[in-house]
Amino acid sequence: MTAIPLQPPRRLVEFTLDGAATRVPEGATLLDACRAAGKDVPTLCEGDTLTPKNACRVCVVEVEGARTLAPACSRAAEPGMSVHTDTERTRHSRRLVLELLASSVDLSTTPRAAAWIVEYGAEPGRFGADAARLNEEPKVDNDLYVRDYDKCILCYKCVDACGEQWQNTFAIAVAGRGFDARIAVEHDAPLTDSACVYCGNCIEVCPTGALSFKSEFDMRAAGTWDESAQSETTTVCAYCGVGCNLTLHVQDNEIVKVTSPHDNPVTHGNLCIKGRFGYQHVQNRD
Amino acid sequence: MDLRFGDSKPTDEERAAVDAVLGPPGSAWEGAEDRDAADLRWARGGRAARGRRDLLLPGLHALNDRVGWVSEGGLDYLCRRLTVPPAEGYGVATFYSMFSVRPRPATVVRVCTDLVCGGAGLCGEVEARLASVPGVGVEASPCLGLCERGPGAVVVRAGPPAVAFPDPAPPRNHGAPPPGPPPVVLRARPQSPDGLAIPAPPAIGERGPGRSPGSGRGGAGEKTHATLTLAPATPDTLTLAALDPETFSSEAPPAPLPQAGQDTLILLRRIGSVDPASLDDYRAHGGYTALRRAFAIGPAEVIREVTDSGLLGRGGAAFPTGRKWQATAARPEQPHYVVCNADESEPGTFKDRVLMEGDPYALVEAMTVAGYAVGAHRGYLYLRGEYPLALQRLEHAIAQARARGLLGDDVLGQGYAFDIEIRRGAGAYICGEETALFNSIEGYRGEPRSKPPFPVEKGLFGGPTAENNVETLVNVLPILTMGAAAYAAIGTEESTGPKLFCVSGSVARPGVYELPFGATLGELLSLAGKPDNLRAVLLGGAAGGFVRADETDIPLTFEGTRAAGTTLGSGVVLAFDDTVPLPRVLLRIAGFFRDESCGQCVPCRVGTVRQEEALHRIVARTGADAADDIALLRDVGRAMREASICGLGQTAWNAVESAIDRLGAYE
Repeated sequence: MTAIPLQPPRRLVEFTLDGAATRVPEGATLLDACRAAGKDVPTLCEGDTLTPKNACRVCVVEVEGARTLAPACSRAAEPGMSVHTDTERTRHSRRLVLELLASSVDLSTTPRAAAWIVEYGAEPGRFGADAARLNEEPKVDNDLYVRDYDKCILCYKCVDACGEQWQNTFAIAVAGRGFDARIAVEHDAPLTDSACVYCGNCIEVCPTGALSFKSEFDMRAAGTWDESAQSETTTVCAYCGVGCNLTLHVQDNEIVKVTSPHDNPVTHGNLCIKGRFGYQHVQNRD
Repeated sequence: MDLRFGDSKPTDEERAAVDAVLGPPGSAWEGAEDRDAADLRWARGGRAARGRRDLLLPGLHALNDRVGWVSEGGLDYLCRRLTVPPAEGYGVATFYSMFSVRPRPATVVRVCTDLVCGGAGLCGEVEARLASVPGVGVEASPCLGLCERGPGAVVVRAGPPAVAFPDPAPPRNHGAPPPGPPPVVLRARPQSPDGLAIPAPPAIGERGPGRSPGSGRGGAGEKTHATLTLAPATPDTLTLAALDPETFSSEAPPAPLPQAGQDTLILLRRIGSVDPASLDDYRAHGGYTALRRAFAIGPAEVIREVTDSGLLGRGGAAFPTGRKWQATAARPEQPHYVVCNADESEPGTFKDRVLMEGDPYALVEAMTVAGYAVGAHRGYLYLRGEYPLALQRLEHAIAQARARGLLGDDVLGQGYAFDIEIRRGAGAYICGEETALFNSIEGYRGEPRSKPPFPVEKGLFGGPTAENNVETLVNVLPILTMGAAAYAAIGTEESTGPKLFCVSGSVARPGVYELPFGATLGELLSLAGKPDNLRAVLLGGAAGGFVRADETDIPLTFEGTRAAGTTLGSGVVLAFDDTVPLPRVLLRIAGFFRDESCGQCVPCRVGTVRQEEALHRIVARTGADAADDIALLRDVGRAMREASICGLGQTAWNAVESAIDRLGAYE
């Protein structure tokens, strides 16, 4: 019989969430509590496999007694707290964050962004036609993936995934400051001259489509990308013996991109260059 | 960590600059050119090298000082020495405005174009004059902290002078000529571009140390750069200084001390009368009695005294210092740290500079007291990069204190070990935010961390940290010498003790004023020479708020300004007469925040840009014409205040809001 190790018991924290008494395990964030209670708090820079950087501020909630709003994704629940997730203050900040983002970057490939903009009544156009935008050209410097920083919201997820949280390659970082801050490799060189190992784990965590497979980028440019026509099949990578799970996204009987299930206890959505990009042999039928 | 370094090689100069900070490389694993047999047998570096990551900023300074910019080869070499990923090194180098990753002239003239100086015209004129001079560039700069005698400018020359130059002895008391050999005249007096002889320089220069940074790590006495502060700067003096910073006068200016000689002063008591270079003179003026008392009563009693004194932090947040120290001292994790925040970059603020330049030993003593109280054995003094004279005097003071047993393994023979390391900032206002300051020291981008955890729990290097402003720390000395009760009797019930105010702008006698808390704005302004046509006063600097000319009865206390719906901030009192175009001042404030936002969170990164755009649109509009954009400003400002990560974004709209609401700027 296999012994199943039990986690040490965790104390429960009691606090009030939108007026209702709530109990969550110690260390849980307010966002965890919201999700457990079935509340829909919008998030952009939060990712299920990474420690959130709480940089986007779209998940802010109101903690009674606090001068400023708190990011739900990283504020731990504390005993006795009284938290409100849907007040005029939180709605105002969320609306403004969406307006500020949508007026400066392209959110067209950000899942749910369009719906939130409607839900919170955001009007990105009100900053005028001359409002500063990123206006970055897509960086296409290799055959595997494209960096389209016009869509980048600087959530730091790719930096964390490439760096100490997962890949430990440290090929990318934030460079510059303020509105001019950008994700960059060393010396802002082309990707091919950088430390990048093309694991594609940054694509896996990118919430806006700023990082995408070259195949997806080309198909979107040609107008042939159609997610509704795609099927997903999760299988085991055949390259080595680790047994990573691959999810093949197939459109018209062609693999168009490869992701990996985040709930896999071994890989948590991470792959290597072969699993992520080495699928051409599958579809070479000659 | 398997780091990849490119093919770029450092030049000999760059290698020497980095090695002066880090020492020669021990093996090929950390950048030695020759690989020996042992290097092939085992890898060295690893955790030990990564543990030195906090030397990244000093290393970048060394490269920048020696060659004027940070090249690929130099940065890669520095990163290899410290096992820092080059992408992260690049991210740090591009964060600070004093560094450039593109080639630039060896000499850079940075002219303050901020609220008080407004030297945009000066900047243009100097640029035109120096346009044909190779190797000299001119840049506009945010506030250089020289507001009381603006327009201010800093001349930075990278690399050693053409001829070896004698190391300047630390300057003696104000006005006295420096001892030692007279400066060597390197070449004929430079001519101005139009061929006319440039008049001899007035004695207003402040010369920087010209040694390698890193306070004592290598490079002893070798001049690698020159930094010169000029205020007031004129096109003539700036041109001359840019052409030859070495031969420009090294005499310190007489510190403008409007209240000099008054016996009632506590914080400014020694400034102007004590020799800032002499430890003996400091002791003769009562120095080190506070530390002796601290040792006599023990750490817990020191904290009790500070708590009972009611001392509130003077950096702007007004947090009770005793509570901060108590919380730090009580943490079980080791080691504890003391950090002095000397990154004074708020436009209109220069009090900490005056304290550090005029009474450097007081800060050294106060940091030692703080360290003793909270159980720290190491203190970091984070000094803004634009204060060369303060750097030089503090380096000297720390070295003297160390030599005399007032710092080191056995302070005053009491068996308590404490030492101070100076860290030079590199041009980033955000690094005055306490957690951004920790990141900056640790060799990361100066981005604020989210709180909680607070620094008293998890601060510098993850240890419990007491972080205090210069003025706050210097207040601890009189608390210990006069006792908490006598100190608390000064000022008001809630705001105790003396307070320094930086008065500048449209007043007759700008400068640092020391008054007990409770004096009114009008009293302070009449001391400084209030103009007849006063229009408004900016209280608390760019992050503070405007008050009207008829509100001069506001008491200058934390509670009094709060009751009046404004803030005292760090003690900035910036007066504007009715000739100053308010919309332009607001644009400058908005531009400052846009430039200085670190870019981490959306409300601040994009919000500061949208705020500046809206102010540009309404610069000449009023009333109903401006209503749209004012509504937009209110929306953006509110989101910045409520949803930004740190104080920079949270306060970026204060001044603009107060100008609209209190002054009716666009009515």
